[in-house]
Amino acid sequence: MSDRRPEVETKGPDSTVGASSRRSFLWKIWLGLGGLAVLEYIWLAADFLRPRGSGPADDAESIIIAGAVERFSPGSVTAFPTGKFYLARLENGGFLALSRECTHLGCTVPWIDDEARFVCPCHSSAYDMRGDVLNPPAPRALDNYAVRIENGIVKVDVSRPLKRRSFEYAQIVLP
Amino acid sequence: MSDAGSDQSEGRVGLGRRFWRSVFRGPLYPRDDRERKWVVVNNLILHFRPVQLPARSLKYTHTFGLGGMSLVLFLLLAATGVLLMFVYEPSPERAYESIRALENEVFFGKLVRNIHHWSANFLIAVVFLHLLRVYFTGGYHAPRQFNWLIGLTLLLCVLVSNFTGYLLPWDQLSYWAITICTGMIGYVPLIGEWLQGVIRGGPEIGSATLINFYTFHTTVVPVLLIVLMAWHFWRVRKAHGVVVPRAPGEELEEKPESVLALPNLLMREFAVALILVAFVMAFSVFVNAPLDAAANPGMSPNPAKAPWYFVGFQELLFHFHGSFAVVVIPLLVAAALVLLPYLRYDHQGEGVWFVSLRGRQLGVAAALIALVVTPLWIVLDEYWIDYAAWLSGLPPVLREGALPFAVLLALIVGLYIAIRRRFSASRVEAVQAMFVLLGVAFAILTITGVWFRGAGMALAWPWNL
Ligand code: HEM
Ligand code: FES
Repeated sequence: MSDRRPEVETKGPDSTVGASSRRSFLWKIWLGLGGLAVLEYIWLAADFLRPRGSGPADDAESIIIAGAVERFSPGSVTAFPTGKFYLARLENGGFLALSRECTHLGCTVPWIDDEARFVCPCHSSAYDMRGDVLNPPAPRALDNYAVRIENGIVKVDVSRPLKRRSFEYAQIVLP
Repeated sequence: MSDAGSDQSEGRVGLGRRFWRSVFRGPLYPRDDRERKWVVVNNLILHFRPVQLPARSLKYTHTFGLGGMSLVLFLLLAATGVLLMFVYEPSPERAYESIRALENEVFFGKLVRNIHHWSANFLIAVVFLHLLRVYFTGGYHAPRQFNWLIGLTLLLCVLVSNFTGYLLPWDQLSYWAITICTGMIGYVPLIGEWLQGVIRGGPEIGSATLINFYTFHTTVVPVLLIVLMAWHFWRVRKAHGVVVPRAPGEELEEKPESVLALPNLLMREFAVALILVAFVMAFSVFVNAPLDAAANPGMSPNPAKAPWYFVGFQELLFHFHGSFAVVVIPLLVAAALVLLPYLRYDHQGEGVWFVSLRGRQLGVAAALIALVVTPLWIVLDEYWIDYAAWLSGLPPVLREGALPFAVLLALIVGLYIAIRRRFSASRVEAVQAMFVLLGVAFAILTITGVWFRGAGMALAWPWNL
């Protein structure tokens, strides 16, 4: 770095080897501090940009009370627009809460009652009542949410979607 | 510095003239070439441009004025964008309503929005064409290598600027286009979900997303663009203007005849700018920027498409597994663009359109190949190829990603070697042929996505969309 300094200085009386190496040492320190300041700014910016509003919401908001078990007939799918999920009651009477977000690119999938399947309008992925993929490009089954049944009331915890590759029997909640 | 006329007795000169003289260093009305030079050198803005340049590089069909047009469009965007900021409110509750109010209640609000919208779209097209012009006239070789990189960064900024602006109206079109584009980011291995969260400002598109996009759109990217453009122009000046044009096989004389930028270059650019502004204005009077229904997170439109400049990537996603369509292929293309000026070329053909006569022929051949193979691939993939059924034993990343990608790569490398051997093409000619091949393929992917994909993104004829 010392070759950066103007001519005049190198010719100056105090430009002994010691002084110039001291200068280049100080120069490196300044450079390092500058670099540190830049890094700090980047760190700060990254923190400002960190996902907001994704923290665990308090229980009152994230638990949706869907209704009494008897309200849902086996083999039906009910939409809950406020909770952004579908409550499916399978033929065996078990419950499954499905995210309405297509796993391909995130469009909202409507339930088509006549065909008994979810069909994504964006790129025609299709899912069955359990959220399993019937038709690609969807790479995996619809996310599901934790379901609880307390005193005959179905409650869905929408704070965190559960990612899954495909439907498994254990995901069903029986009343 | 020669302050012509400053030695006249100041007392006789009126206040107005004295004021103007205090503003402009040097003569106001240059009378001879010496003074014209000083006008350029002494002016903060003009001195980004060359003072003099080879007479032959003035030829319009050498640059088509595309770089200057990019600047003009940027200025139009800045002027209209500031006006829009006075009316627009960046919150999911108010955004759509404020755009409606802009269109229906604000004096000339619709026109201002139209100018902003169309300038932004033209800018993408013009910057792409400018990139092609620079590439095909060999304007990227030393000493202009680094300016090519500054240019690529400008291209990136223009794309980000457009993309972030796309969300702001918060209508069905913008909401779902941003949903699927940020959805594509989810396919990035390992960091995909995190990256998606940072860009959206949370797990889903909402007010944090809008604030992020608004800040990038109105502050970060414009500032970057201004700084990078200044740097870009200054590097053009330091390279003594644009690469000097010549015919294939023609040798340039050591010192080509040179002319002054003022008036020769600057007046030409001014004329191009005026025509462009007139065109954008007229276009914006007659064609309205789209505004769909207000965003409805519960209902996706059918089909949902990315903005037109990303539709080519969206189309890739139908033919390759996500990690290849979203990560491997775009990264390789970006790396290739960055490396282009730094490859070791045996001869360069600077300033010659398409390097040489052979370069032109190979370019046409490559374009024809891409024109046949790409649509064929798209149609076969839609109606016949069924990796999942044929190769059910392989994981999807291999059968829908690595396998078709390997075929594609083999095709490109094979073609490259064939061109080098069979036609004894120089490296710069062969690389150019590949550039044409991939460029045309990308154009076809984009055209397919925009005009040939209908409901459910199935192939369809444009008149049936
Ligand atoms: C906002 C975007 C851009 C603006 C405003 C801009 C502006 C300009 C201008 C005014 C020139 C002078 C010659 C001409 O008008 O063609 C120029 C030259 C040049 N540009 Fe750009 N440009 C932009 C983007 C790009 C891109 C995307 C690339 C390529 C990656 C690029 C690479 C170059 C190079 C290498 C030159 C020198 C070419 C030569 O000497 O022949 N620029 N640019
Ligand atoms: S987003 Fe549902 S199929 Fe693409």
